Formats: sequence, C-alpha cells, structure tokens
Amino acid sequence: MSRALSSFGRSTLGWLLPALLLAGWEGASRAGLIPANVLPAPSAVGEAFWKLLLSGELIENIRISTLRALSGFAVGGLIGFSLGLANGLSSLSRELTDTTLQMIRNIPHLALIPLVILWFGIDEEAKLFLVALGVFFPIYVNTLLGIQGVDPQLVEMGRIYGMSRRQLFLRVILPGALPSIFVGLRYALGIMWLTLIVAETISASSGLGYMAMQAREFLLIDVVVLSILIYALLGKLADALARFLERLSLQWHPAYQTV
Amino acid sequence: MTAATVTARRAFTDTSFVAPGEQAEEEQLTLAFSFRNVTKQFKDKRVLQGIDLDVQEGQFVAIIGKSGCGKSTLLRLLAGLDRPTSGAIVYGAEAKEQKRTRIMFQEPRLLPWARVIANVEVGLTGIEKGEVARRNSQEILAEVGLADRGGEWPSVLSGGQRQRVALARALVGHPSILALDEPLGALDALTRIEMQQLLERIWIAKKFTAVLVTHDVTEAVALADRVVVIDSGRISLDLTIPVERPRRHASPELAFYERQILDRLYNR
Ligand SMILES: Nc1ncnc2c1ncn2[C@@H]1O[C@H](COP(=O)(O)OP(=O)(O)OP(=O)(O)O)[C@@H](O)[C@H]1O
Ligand SMILES: [Mg+2]
Repeated sequence: MSRALSSFGRSTLGWLLPALLLAGWEGASRAGLIPANVLPAPSAVGEAFWKLLLSGELIENIRISTLRALSGFAVGGLIGFSLGLANGLSSLSRELTDTTLQMIRNIPHLALIPLVILWFGIDEEAKLFLVALGVFFPIYVNTLLGIQGVDPQLVEMGRIYGMSRRQLFLRVILPGALPSIFVGLRYALGIMWLTLIVAETISASSGLGYMAMQAREFLLIDVVVLSILIYALLGKLADALARFLERLSLQWHPAYQTV
Repeated sequence: MTAATVTARRAFTDTSFVAPGEQAEEEQLTLAFSFRNVTKQFKDKRVLQGIDLDVQEGQFVAIIGKSGCGKSTLLRLLAGLDRPTSGAIVYGAEAKEQKRTRIMFQEPRLLPWARVIANVEVGLTGIEKGEVARRNSQEILAEVGLADRGGEWPSVLSGGQRQRVALARALVGHPSILALDEPLGALDALTRIEMQQLLERIWIAKKFTAVLVTHDVTEAVALADRVVVIDSGRISLDLTIPVERPRRHASPELAFYERQILDRLYNR
C-alpha cells in the first residue's frame, strides 16, 4: 500500500513542474506580461482546443497524422528490423549491405525533402517515405548492435545443449538483443514525430502540421500553440507506450526489477 | 548422503580399477572415453602434443596444470566443441551419443531472461518436453538445494547458487560424462568447499564420469580418484588417489598427495 502510494507520489512529482509553469504562464498572460500575439494564455489555447474538438477538425487531423506516423513507422521499422536481423545473423548479408547502409545513413533524411516533393508531390507517399526512412536507421542500427552484442558464451551454451537454429534465435539471440532493440524503438519514435511535423509543415493538405500552418496564415496563434502541444503529447504517449512494452518484456533485467 | 553409500561407491570404482595385470578385460567394458595420441594446434601454436588418457566409467578425474597449458582445450575436445588436429577420442558405449557429454564452465552461463527452472530445462533440449521436463528439472533443482528458487530470475541468485543452477542444468539430462572447467573458480573459499561437497555427493548418487579442471590442488585431491597433471601439452603425472571417502579436508593423507602434485608442477 505504502509502496503503491509512494510510486503514485513519484509519478505525480514529475508533473509538478509543468503544472507550475502552466500556472505561471496563465498568470503572466492575464497580468499582460506576455502579449497575446506572442503567446496566448493557456486558457485561450484550451478554448481553441474545445472549439476544434467540437467541430471534429482536431480529431480528424490527429487521426490522419497518427495514421501517417504509424504506417511510416511500420514500413521503416519492419525493413530496419529485418535487415538488422539478417545482418546480425549472416556475415554474408552484412558484408553485402552494411557499408552501403552506413553510407546512406550519413545523409540527413530531412535533406531529401525537396527531392521527395519532386518525386511524390505532396501526396501521402512523400510523408510515408520520409517517416519510414527516418525510422529505418535507428531500428536497423540498434537491432544489428543488439544481435552482435549477444554474449557468445550463451550462444555456445545453447549449441552445447543441442538447440536448433530456431531455438537458438528465439531463446538466446532475440532476448539478448531486445534491450538494444528497445533503445532503437524509442529513438525511432522520436524521429517519427519529428519527421512527420516537418513533412506536414512543408507539404500537406491535412494533418496536425497542416493545421498549424493554416492557423499561422490566419494568425490564429492559439491554434498554432495547440498543435505544438498536441505533438508533444502524442510523442509522450508513444514513448510511454514503448516504455511500458519495454518494462513488460525486460522483466528479467535487473534494471527493471521492482521487487 | 550416508557414509555407507559413500564406501559402497568407493568399492564400485575399486573393482573397475584394480591391479594392472587384470585390467585388460574390465577396461574394455567400462571405458568412459579414451584420448589416443590427441594433438591440438591453433595456427602455428601446438597446445596439446600427444595426449593419451583412458578414463573408466564412473571415475572422478581431476586435471591440473599451469595457466595456458591446454586444460580447457582438452575439455572442449572431450565435449565435442572442437576437433583434435590429429589423434582420436573414443567414447565408451554409454557416452556414444554426443548429448551424453555435458560441460560446465567457470561462468554459469545462465539465460538471464529465463527463470531458474526454465534454465534447468534447457538441459533437456531435445530430450524431454513440457510437464515431464518441468518435473525432472524441479527434482534436480531440489537435489542441488534450490527447490524453492525455481521461479526466480538468475540475477537475484548469489554466485554459488547460479553455479548450482548450472550444475542442475548439466545433470538433468543424465549425462554419462560431465566435464567441469574450473566451475568453482570464481567462488569464495567457504562456498567453494560447500560446492565441492555437493559435487561429490551428486557424483556418488548419479554415477557419471567426472572430469574436473581446476587450479586448486587441494580441491583436486579432495575430490578426485585420479589426478592428471598437464605440462607443456603432455601428461606429466597421472596419480591415483586411493583415499577413502568421505575425505577430510586437509588430512595428512591428502596432504601427502598434494605435495607430490605440487612438486611435479614446480619441478622440484
Ligand atoms: N581458439 C583458440 N585460438 C587460438 N589459440 C587458442 C584458442 N584456444 C586456446 N588457445 C591457446 O591455447 C593455449 C591453451 O589454452 P587453454 O584455454 O586450453 O588453457 P588453460 O590450460 O585452460 O588455461 P587456464 O588455466 O588459464 O584456463 C593458450 O595459449 C591459448 O592462447
Ligand atoms: Mg581454461
């Protein structure tokens, strides 16, 4: 009971500072210290939120952005994960592709935006491509690192006890690589939102980034701030989800043992 | 383990290991494995240069030698992890199947992401599954004194306990040969003695052939029927320790053999 209470206390502790900041912001806005055309009061942002929620516009834009983010993540993540596995497990595959991939990795994926717009216009493919490309590398690199980092003594142990290749992979290699894969996953989630924001801001006709750009044109600064906040919240949500999965699948790890 | 069973066990090894004259017939029947002029070379480095070693079934052999003399190499050959450069290793009828030889290392090599019981079950890969595997693993876990720890993660166990889990994993498949590569090397002195007694007790109960590599001469004479000293890739001493079990640590009898081995190790 007291443990539950203290863990509740701890998780609320993290929210204390944001709440204070928010209160200070509201106070400063009301007192006229922050001009409304620079930064609207939180209550004004709240109002904008309510209005857009009622009109259905907000939900629709969030839906579209989330869908884009997730499909790009799925495509890039899956390819990155598969290539990471292949290159971690087969030296032939690694020698064949790793140098090329490391070379491409040095190009910042956002630098491709002009090219991508030329290729795909402002269609969905453009966003999908950019997000997938951004997500690909952290997942690929960390999967590969994870597999290469698996304790060879454990692999030898598995062999001694007659594990088949499949068993060896499922029981020794994959669990051993998982902590590193999760690092890649969380990093990739960050890149996923970042890429999407940039892509939607530059070229889109729907989604949160588009909503923000539209609002800027009409000088609706409360909507601009609202979109930024929602991006932050979505990012936080994705990270929390990843942390939850991490906690669930890494129970064995001393760093995650609570009892 | 009572003293009576211990002596009974001793008698068993005695009959299969008597005077040189009558050995021939017996030996063929009860040979666990035999190294025939085995050499091992890594690149241009000859590690083992002609090892001839016959070990009887059920015997407890200790292998001693200076660091880097090729003890681990010898064990890896025995366990089939490496192939000899020349010569052959012949296994007795009991050990014909490869899976009947198990090896235990200085590190426990447990899967950190598997519960203790699941780690023991790894020892039954390809032998038994499901309910039966679980039951056998539980049994052997009780024998090493960890009956109630099956549900824990390896990371919460002490070093000695982890090594006991590794022992359980090695034994659960009923190997006929157990190769031990300094399994107690990383343990503190007290845990070490406790583990030696456990190992002896289990060896007596399970009747496997034990090949123990160790740096510790006291440990070797306390546990083994026979101590083999390796020096520059060859066997330089092959000494039978005909001391009754249970043996008392640091008894004058054991000290006598210990001295002989140390003299050989340091060429005194
Ligand atoms: N895979 C290998 N490739 C090259 N050289 C090796 C290999 N394995 C062992 N050696 C060499 O063989 C020699 C014997 O090694 P081994 O591990 O058998 O020694 P050891 O007697 O077990 O030593 P220690 O008591 O320190 O464990 C060493 O010089 C080592 O460098
Ligand atoms: Mg060694």
